[in-house]
Amino acid sequence: MDILMLGWEFPPYKTGGLGTACFGLTRGLSKLGVRISFVIPKSPIPVSSSFLNLINAKVNEGIDYSHLKAYFIDSPLIPYASPEQKRLTEMNKKAIKGSNDDAIYGRNLFEEVYIYSEKVRMLAKNLKFDLIHAHDWMTYPAGIKVKEDSGKKLVLHIHATEFDRTGGFPNPTVYAIEKEGFEKSDLIIAVSNYTKRMVVSKYGIPESKVRVLYNAVDFPDNIKANKPVKVFSNDNVVLFLGRLTIQKGPEYFIDAAKRILEFEPNTKFFIAGSGEMMPQLIEKTIALGISDKVFFTGFLTGPSIDEIYGRADVYVMPSVSEPFGITPLEAMANGTPTVISKQSGVSEIIKNTLTVDFWDLDEITNKVVAILRYKTLKETISEHGVMEVQQITWDSRAEECKRIYEEVLKE
Amino acid sequence: MVNICFYFQLHQPFRLKRYRIFDIGRTTAYFDEKKNYEIMEKVSKKSYIPTTRMILDLIERYPKFKVAFSFSGVFIEQAKRYFPNTYYLLKKIGSSENVEFLSETYYHSLSFLHSIDEFNEQIEMHRELIRSEFGKDPSCFRNTELIYSDWIADFAAKKGFKGMLAEGAQSILKNRSPNFLYLNKDQNIKVLLKNFQLSDDIAFRFSERGWKEWPLTAEKYSDWIDRLNGNSDIIGLFMDYETFGEHQWRETGIFDFFRHFIELGIKKGYSFLNPTDAISRLKPKGIIDCPFYLSWADTERDLSAWQGNSMQKDALKKIYEIEKMVKDSGNKELIENWRKIQTSDHFYYMCTKYFNDGDVHKYFNPYDTPYEAYIYFMNIFSDIKERIKNEKSSEKNELNVNEESIEISE
Repeated sequence: MDILMLGWEFPPYKTGGLGTACFGLTRGLSKLGVRISFVIPKSPIPVSSSFLNLINAKVNEGIDYSHLKAYFIDSPLIPYASPEQKRLTEMNKKAIKGSNDDAIYGRNLFEEVYIYSEKVRMLAKNLKFDLIHAHDWMTYPAGIKVKEDSGKKLVLHIHATEFDRTGGFPNPTVYAIEKEGFEKSDLIIAVSNYTKRMVVSKYGIPESKVRVLYNAVDFPDNIKANKPVKVFSNDNVVLFLGRLTIQKGPEYFIDAAKRILEFEPNTKFFIAGSGEMMPQLIEKTIALGISDKVFFTGFLTGPSIDEIYGRADVYVMPSVSEPFGITPLEAMANGTPTVISKQSGVSEIIKNTLTVDFWDLDEITNKVVAILRYKTLKETISEHGVMEVQQITWDSRAEECKRIYEEVLKE
Repeated sequence: MVNICFYFQLHQPFRLKRYRIFDIGRTTAYFDEKKNYEIMEKVSKKSYIPTTRMILDLIERYPKFKVAFSFSGVFIEQAKRYFPNTYYLLKKIGSSENVEFLSETYYHSLSFLHSIDEFNEQIEMHRELIRSEFGKDPSCFRNTELIYSDWIADFAAKKGFKGMLAEGAQSILKNRSPNFLYLNKDQNIKVLLKNFQLSDDIAFRFSERGWKEWPLTAEKYSDWIDRLNGNSDIIGLFMDYETFGEHQWRETGIFDFFRHFIELGIKKGYSFLNPTDAISRLKPKGIIDCPFYLSWADTERDLSAWQGNSMQKDALKKIYEIEKMVKDSGNKELIENWRKIQTSDHFYYMCTKYFNDGDVHKYFNPYDTPYEAYIYFMNIFSDIKERIKNEKSSEKNELNVNEESIEISE
């Protein structure tokens, strides 16, 4: 089976859940002998070489990557870019200007998506594959073009819809691109029933066309061994980790922090991540008079992520709309109890967590304070969480994914 | 000659409210009145009332038909408060000479694990209740969830009970039959055992379509019982009363099955014995050793449903750490609240055993997760503790006031 996969850069070049999912899935599929031509938009700035190393090494961690071939396409596209940002980052623009590509200044995101799709189309003409698998909207136009050229089946994988990303106020052009993709695809993979319902209700896609394939997590080795020393001696630590965007609900985290401090004053709140809402969030902590209790760590990568999970007494994911949400699984793998939004896909598959409505500040407060106060609760959720999360593996997801491929190819 | 002993359990806990961190120090409304009312009403209509009417009718027709009941104190309180029709009907059946009452702890608690004093007091409270409500004095004891062990049997004997009920598990029978009377290890009390095979055929498997014996008819069931004839003294059929109409819905034919089975049994000449009849008429067949705790729950038949994880152990232990302070306070309402949170169900809701097996159907829980059950419990416990502290400081304040007033009068 030969798959043309239109995906995204792997971690630790942090692309959020999207890159993590692409990595886990391709690795699992490789183990199953599925041959993948993996196409990724790559900014000319060297960010990470881990993926290249991985493939060049051929055999890594006992996994034979000879089935996996990577193709990099010069493009400033980055996951989660939004048209409202108008231009891609300054850094990308400068870098690409210096490349042998067309002058890029002045192009908007949609033009980039178009250019990318044309480049993929050219590339695909020289590749052999049975099926196209594309991840999230920026790659959908490319997927459609290749399908039209090659006559092969197209599977679209939804990690987030425009409704999730914008907190319910979609950009009409992005919505149109998504809808066209869903309609023209042969099958859709949604990362949860939550997302499946979204695709059915907001995009008018028949339920029968959508399969659910949940995300998973890589279980880190020796997590218990390298628990870091406490930063603030005896203070509790409550953690938020994610992009600082409407979708992730960081402002609910800060509002809850204010209330939690009324009950547990010796508590620090860490906000790990960056994003467009950063300035207003900082202002909010000042306005609420808790700026000395809330710490913005900025964007974290690799080991510092595990470290901060390990340091936290509780991880909170107050997402407004979360198609899946891999971070609670990462927290659980690190033995950290979680309080997560019911408006999330991950809440469909994990039991050893406490769920809340993202807007219910009282309930967030109630549950976070309970974990901080009742050590036995914290320990029990932690122990059971570690056991549970070990069962949620990319290898089994890859098997499910392969079955989906077989189903599409049979039709 | 076939002897059958029916015992039915009636119990409902005072379920706890979703008592949040903000409620601590502000309200002592710990119990979910609405949910407790709704459940008592629902189960009354589906089970308690039709089942009791059926049994009353059977007793009227067949004066030899007898049954034993065990009502927890918290059950009677709730029936009285939330659904008096059930209460009056049970009063009526309770006055029948064919009905025996068993003794248990008033609060259906696990107090035996941490406080013998409290265990003893709750048995006495229950004895008082059965006396005042039904004018009867129980002579056989059954512990919460049929939990049995050597020391509990000895304890019951020393309290004057003549018999105790237990699960007929192989761990104590060691290839012997459950269909005989036994003596406890100290040989001071008779032990009547549950035939769990035949009991669970009715209580659990009756409507299970995947079961090879489905559908179970009264004829078939009574054939099984006949086969034990000649090789058994007493067959203990012990189950929750809610089996009729609630666990097994009316539509499954459970009521017709039971009525028909009794009629068939009467025809065939079965004897229906109460536990007291059984222990006075039958001779013990052997001695039972049980240095561990044996219950009627799950396949494990141990305490793991209530004491399987550290939250459950921690929560239960904490209750008895404050026993002395609670009792010393002399505050009746506080003591009653403290006792109501001892009911075993609160700890069952914290069980993670089935939760992680994904066996959610078996997992009956008014809360979303065992963690929430623990959180609400602990919040309430924290409030009770706060109240004790406040009682103490207000006592001191009163003293201070008195001293001052003395000074003034001087």
